[in-house]
Amino acid sequence: MSDCLVIESVTKTFAHTDAPVKAVDDLSLNIRENEFFTLLGPSGCGKTTLLRLIAGLEKTSTGRILLSGDDITSLPPNRRPVNTVFQNYALFPHMTVAENIGFGLKMLGRPDTEIATAVTDALKTIRLEQLGTRKPGELSGGQQQRVALARALVNRPRVLLLDESLSALDYKLRKDMQIELKRLQRETGVTFVFVTHDQDEALSMSDRIAVMHKGRIAQLGTPQEIYHQPASRFVADFIGICNFVNGGIFGLSETQDVGFRPEDAQLNNRTHKDGDLQAHGRLTHITYHGATTHFQITLSSGEKVTLAPHTAPDLTPDSEITFSVPADRLIRCAP
Amino acid sequence: MTLARPHKLLLPFFIIMGLFFVLPLGLGLIYSFLKAAPYGGVIWEFSWEGYKRFFFVPDLSGVPVFDTGYLEIIFSSVKLAVITTILCVFIGFPTAWYMATRPPKQRDLWIVLVTIPFWTNLLIRTYAWILILRNDGLANTILGKAGLIDAPLQLLYNEFAVTLGLVYSYLPFMILPIYATLERMDWRLIEASEDLYANKARTLWHIILPLCLPGILAGSVLVFIPAIGSFLAADMLGGSKQMMLGNLIERQFFSSRNWPFGAAISVVVMGTVLFGLMLIAKRGQGIKDALR
Repeated sequence: MSDCLVIESVTKTFAHTDAPVKAVDDLSLNIRENEFFTLLGPSGCGKTTLLRLIAGLEKTSTGRILLSGDDITSLPPNRRPVNTVFQNYALFPHMTVAENIGFGLKMLGRPDTEIATAVTDALKTIRLEQLGTRKPGELSGGQQQRVALARALVNRPRVLLLDESLSALDYKLRKDMQIELKRLQRETGVTFVFVTHDQDEALSMSDRIAVMHKGRIAQLGTPQEIYHQPASRFVADFIGICNFVNGGIFGLSETQDVGFRPEDAQLNNRTHKDGDLQAHGRLTHITYHGATTHFQITLSSGEKVTLAPHTAPDLTPDSEITFSVPADRLIRCAP
Repeated sequence: MTLARPHKLLLPFFIIMGLFFVLPLGLGLIYSFLKAAPYGGVIWEFSWEGYKRFFFVPDLSGVPVFDTGYLEIIFSSVKLAVITTILCVFIGFPTAWYMATRPPKQRDLWIVLVTIPFWTNLLIRTYAWILILRNDGLANTILGKAGLIDAPLQLLYNEFAVTLGLVYSYLPFMILPIYATLERMDWRLIEASEDLYANKARTLWHIILPLCLPGILAGSVLVFIPAIGSFLAADMLGGSKQMMLGNLIERQFFSSRNWPFGAAISVVVMGTVLFGLMLIAKRGQGIKDALR
């Protein structure tokens, strides 16, 4: 697959009141053609700034941005073949849904008949055929979300940028939209760059994820790589729950901390295989989460870990327990 | 009739409006249908005289002839008020835009600056314009010293001076409502527009102006109505040649001592303005619906 979007050592410095802030710090990144690429990170990590730099809504301080080999660093947003789905949707309140969707094509100077056909098709794609004449204010949040998506996708951009686009929706709707987004991405073949702070969303939708931290990329990889082989403790902690304990607990070197995911642990496992690492502790809390049950264990060293085994035995708090983790599930990464 | 409790809260309002708004207005309406007393005041006798004077002027032999003189004054007043309103939009919008794009703290300062002229009486401020515009005034002195003109320009006592005075007087009433809509506007819509291939001019035309229309309309009403009835600017800056409706009405009550005629002109003007307002209100409602 060829590179669609290339970000070459881009830095963005905001000259705030006294201390300048580097929102994006010498960041390089290649995003492939037809890829569902996610920028994941906590708020303030620079992911939205990076997205706005790609859209042209912010100017780079240094570095270059290439789109299909063309340098677009200095192009204004209206001359970049890139469209954005904004966090709050930013639908034009004085235009109908159809006018909103057709706005980009109208600005591109396409003939009215072509726009009308494209808008009808787009409304069909987002399953809102009947609502073309409504105003955005008359739609529900989920419908507005789909209109914003159609308004961007109808222009067939080289890259579609999505800025925390699902975060305003409630849980059920968000799950539906995640599937819908994936479907649209497959059907259109457009490269998606998706910004989110929700690790579940990132893991379930992305082809590749870049975890961002303080304006830099902490790790770049597939969801599996990010989850099972986090490059740093920050990544491990940010993606899901990760227990970090001194290696001595498992009879390993005491100079290194090791990590493991709660769901990789097995409780009171008498039939553990060779190579499984065992440890002991006292069960302090049990929290029920529906699909899983979390067991809080205090180890002899005083460290606390959370276990979420696939099979949860009947246990009462304050009992001594043994748990094991398969050796290949152990996470060893830089602190 | 007894008023329900919440309505009692409106009593002070009704008293003030009744005494100082409905009563004078009613009196004006009644006076316009009465006969003029020779030295001012009215004779309590029904007459169309006030309205007739508007369209007919007695010729030398005393026979009333149709005359457009007063209609022309109405027309020129409306024209002047329209020009003033348009100029205020063109000056007020960029100003409001500049204000609304400042950091929040600076914006408050700008609002104070815009309202500073109201701290001084309009009469004094208009008089200041005479000092600036007259032949040996500030403007001509500067232009002369700069070598741009040989002889002083006639800046005072013409339509230019009156328009300038009107625009100057009512500009804040345009700036503030537009500023209010701009300040509330969702600026992300502008980013969305630019992201969707609209350049600056098209973003202004397709997004910003439609969203600001309520403010522009409100400002236009606030400028147009006082401008059409204004007499100070025409009186002081226009000299004897520039007659506006306000001057005409004022003259009937004072120098001409024809109260019914003055009242009749007021009624006609009020009717005209009311009609215009209703048109704007209807359009405004349409815009509100569109923005819902």
